[in-house]
Amino acid sequence: MGDRGRIALGLGVFLVLAAYPIWSGWVSPAQAERPELELAADTSGCVEDTTFMKASHQQLLNEWRTAVVRDGQRMWTSSTGREWEMSLTGTCLKCHENSANFCTRCHDYADVRPTCWSCHVVPEGEAGS
Amino acid sequence: MNESRRDFLKLLGLGTVGAGVALPLLDPARWTPAASAATRPGPVAAAGRQWGMVVDVEKCMREDVRRACVEACDREHNVPRIPDPEEEVKWMWTDDYEHVFPDEVHAHTPESGRTAPVLVLCNHCTQPPCVKVCPTAATWKREEDGIVMMDMHRCIGCRYCMAACPFGARSFNWRDPRAWVERDADGKPVSDYPTRTAGVVEKCTFCAERIRVGGRPACVEAIEQVPGAEGALTFGDVNDPDSDVSRILRERNTVVRREGLGTGPNVYYILPASFPATAADGRV
Repeated sequence: MGDRGRIALGLGVFLVLAAYPIWSGWVSPAQAERPELELAADTSGCVEDTTFMKASHQQLLNEWRTAVVRDGQRMWTSSTGREWEMSLTGTCLKCHENSANFCTRCHDYADVRPTCWSCHVVPEGEAGS
Repeated sequence: MNESRRDFLKLLGLGTVGAGVALPLLDPARWTPAASAATRPGPVAAAGRQWGMVVDVEKCMREDVRRACVEACDREHNVPRIPDPEEEVKWMWTDDYEHVFPDEVHAHTPESGRTAPVLVLCNHCTQPPCVKVCPTAATWKREEDGIVMMDMHRCIGCRYCMAACPFGARSFNWRDPRAWVERDADGKPVSDYPTRTAGVVEKCTFCAERIRVGGRPACVEAIEQVPGAEGALTFGDVNDPDSDVSRILRERNTVVRREGLGTGPNVYYILPASFPATAADGRV
């Protein structure tokens, strides 16, 4: 029965260590800095508004991919009625010229690893994620 | 007890016979003969376009002609040039006559004939076996123009299609092909056509990206830059009686590779009248 204290101490140490993910944030509240994105030089407008693009560009790109590769379509009409060619390198990267300073910075911040550039050729070279 | 067991077995036998007779009658196709005929594709697509190519084997005996075609294709599609034959990636390449046309050689075919170079590429078959085996529909036959297309986004690299293709027209990327892609002065791939990635299967697409904008395959265009090579490759719609391809198929004696397999290749070959003594020059 004399070990009760030691057991309680051991349990306490264990709980503190196991809860590290919870209290580590209180101790050092350093957050990852928000990414600084290099915005498009052409300010005449994206295919859709920024809010939509931020949240849903991946779904839109998936739709474009299916339409182009599977159904052989090329043109797409935005919600404002403007016509665009469905092309990652031809349309998106025409304005967002440097994928490393736009796509990659935000993807790194969000810790996502899309594989677009393992096949698609970025205009500025090999970089990009 | 014995009696009921006997009855049961009789009933079971009767039921089996009854089901065998009745089930085929329940097949809706039996009662709608017109519809069932329409849903079964014939050996030749009845309507619509079917792109095809005619290869004049004799004109393609020239090494510079074949090189022009293959290099144009490789550059257009960022095809990696991997020296190891076990890992090489091929869209258009040269093979020995006896391998391309195993049914056309016999015991007395001269060696120069057996090893004569023949330009080969995907046949864009009318009944493509690669399409039938693909578990993800990553490869499919386009209804509008008969091209056997690849969707690299969907390919899972199972290589069933490679096993199914009797022409060896498909290549697997055993590793990242970018290390072997031809580069320009800035270190960028020579073409903006997407390279492939490790783990996908690729092949000739009849330059679908050029056809889309009204162009012709890169190999066919490259031929025009080679003096004296006119007509080595002819591209067109085999379902259009007025196309150059259809005209050649009417006028010349053409064959397809391994016709007996029934895949219906759409790359046709004009066989040479004779084999030059030293046809086996450099390979492309």
